[in-house]
Amino acid sequence: MAAARTMFEKIWQRHVVVDRDDGYTLLYIDRHLMHDGSAAGFAKLRERNMKLRRPDRGFATPDHYVRSDSRDVADIVDPHHRRLVEQIRTNTAESGVTLFDLGDERQGIAHVVGPEQGVTQPGLTLVCGDSHTSTHGALGALAFGIGSSEVAHVMATQCLWQRKPKAMRISVDGTLGAGITGKDVILAIIARIGTAGAVGHVIEYAGSAIRGLSIEGRLTVCNMSIEAGGKAGMVAPDDTTIAYLEGRPFAPKAAEWDKAVAFWRTVPSDEGAAFDREVSLDAATIAPMVTWGTSPEDALSITGRIPEPSTAPDAAKKDSMKRALDYMGLVPGTPLEQVPVDRVFIGSCTNSRIEDLRAAAKVAKGRKVVIPSWVVAGSGLVKKQAEAEGLDRIFVEAGFEWREPGCSMCVGMNGDTGKPQQRIASTSNRNFIGRQGPGVRTHLLSPAMAVAAAVSGHFADVRKLA
Amino acid sequence: MEAFTTLDAVAIPIDQPNLDTDQIIPARFLGKPREMQVGALFHDLRYAPDKSPRPDFVTNMPAFAGARIVVAERNFACGSSRENAVTVMVDNGLRAFIAPSFGDIFFNNCFQNGALPIRVDAARAAELRAMLHASPGARIRIDLASQTVVGPDGKSDRFEIDSFRKDCLLRGADEVSLTLSYDEDIKAFEARQRQEMSWL
Repeated sequence: MAAARTMFEKIWQRHVVVDRDDGYTLLYIDRHLMHDGSAAGFAKLRERNMKLRRPDRGFATPDHYVRSDSRDVADIVDPHHRRLVEQIRTNTAESGVTLFDLGDERQGIAHVVGPEQGVTQPGLTLVCGDSHTSTHGALGALAFGIGSSEVAHVMATQCLWQRKPKAMRISVDGTLGAGITGKDVILAIIARIGTAGAVGHVIEYAGSAIRGLSIEGRLTVCNMSIEAGGKAGMVAPDDTTIAYLEGRPFAPKAAEWDKAVAFWRTVPSDEGAAFDREVSLDAATIAPMVTWGTSPEDALSITGRIPEPSTAPDAAKKDSMKRALDYMGLVPGTPLEQVPVDRVFIGSCTNSRIEDLRAAAKVAKGRKVVIPSWVVAGSGLVKKQAEAEGLDRIFVEAGFEWREPGCSMCVGMNGDTGKPQQRIASTSNRNFIGRQGPGVRTHLLSPAMAVAAAVSGHFADVRKLA
Repeated sequence: MEAFTTLDAVAIPIDQPNLDTDQIIPARFLGKPREMQVGALFHDLRYAPDKSPRPDFVTNMPAFAGARIVVAERNFACGSSRENAVTVMVDNGLRAFIAPSFGDIFFNNCFQNGALPIRVDAARAAELRAMLHASPGARIRIDLASQTVVGPDGKSDRFEIDSFRKDCLLRGADEVSLTLSYDEDIKAFEARQRQEMSWL
């Protein structure tokens, strides 16, 4: 009998083009997502006078540099950034790559659009020139981010040279408490294993609490695999996955659908498959999480207090905690619920899908924000769906700004940034120094928790607002 | 791509663990021509909000002028996939990075740009940084062929590197050309996949 294999192992083996004696594998790439930043890859290809090997495997949408208050490319102020959004049109038109452009309701953040269009599927390899490509593993794909040279390499060859990473399983078993979301789960995981906890590993998220998450929740969990240091993150495809994909524009149809589903059923890890590392968490212990520092591992339960550097395990950690607290302008010992917030951002490839907006609207309904607060839907289709459900009216009546799809304030490349020393409650993925603008203090949390902060003016436990 | 063989140069210590690529080059400098990004290296660490250089940041100290090597803490260059984090360092002369661990994407991006990331154990990395702080301008010697890194104390450590990566760096070889030499294998794979996964 063949040895039991992990899902990662199965997908890897299925995509080996060449295995070299030196441990390097030429791996075939099934899907290549591109965004406005991928212009660098096209430029490198052009320098070599090469064409895309498989334009039919490429899907593009502008997200990083698009404005969140206009759909007109001409409104992009920085001429270099404007040119990148223009180039995605010319580059895809010349190469034959499918484009979901500004003005098309299918446009949005690449990591929202891929699953939404059915481009992302179980058992596939998928790459994109963006670290949050790990998101797509939620559907049972092996998906990871690459730099622009490797983007050009995939464009030219549809392959990548890879050394096989190790496999790690993170199991979350039990029942999540009311109001606890995928975001709280992944922040709790990163707080536990650290931001370098999964370096060199592909993570498989397993256990009853993960299986109980919707695809949106799984996308949020897998999205932040990179913040745990992981090469990729994935969840085994199941009935939830198959139901999600059925009828999506780029999902297989008719007889091909049946054939694909039969294959997808074989993708999950075999019983008894061995992982290089195992970690487990009890779902019942996970509370709404908020980060306090400048690394995603600096996450706390909302019921907690800003930590004391004197409790750090060593001098180096103590020093980095002090530096983080200084940047964040926080006093050790302060209850998180007493920390005032200046601004709220709901959006990003982590938390801008319809389920995120529903959860946020549920808390916003009938309340008023007391600080500037934005909602940036992940795609035109998410925005349209939210409007069909009346969520936009709930947000606007509560005082939120309802803006146009893109990466927006997660990374601020389009100019959506905060002011120095501003404290922002953000549903994005990185609380790095300066991530949302020089001097800006970012706290990561779930959409419902972001609304709780928006209507309270300080961090608040959403469970008390329900 | 420029080949990497040996490097004997001044090294700078960077003590923060998890120094992310947003610190190496902040997002607001991306999306511009490469030559416009050169001054963005470690921008917000190097300069105060009023744009004045912070005298206590290593790259602002005259003793570290001409540095070509970085000795960092664990999980160096984690975060965003921006290859600019490598190119902005290369364009400022930095071509070798020594740390206990690296962000995976940055690690791969180095090899695409003739730069060498070297993993050493955390204790040795801390020792090297302490020496560099104690004697600013001290040099480190790297020999890729023998896979050795020699600290200012003369102690030589062997480091591991995949032979594939080593070979490409030593020759300054381009991966795309290598991959194209496997074109028949790629075609065979595609033919097989058309049968097995016809829905793609």
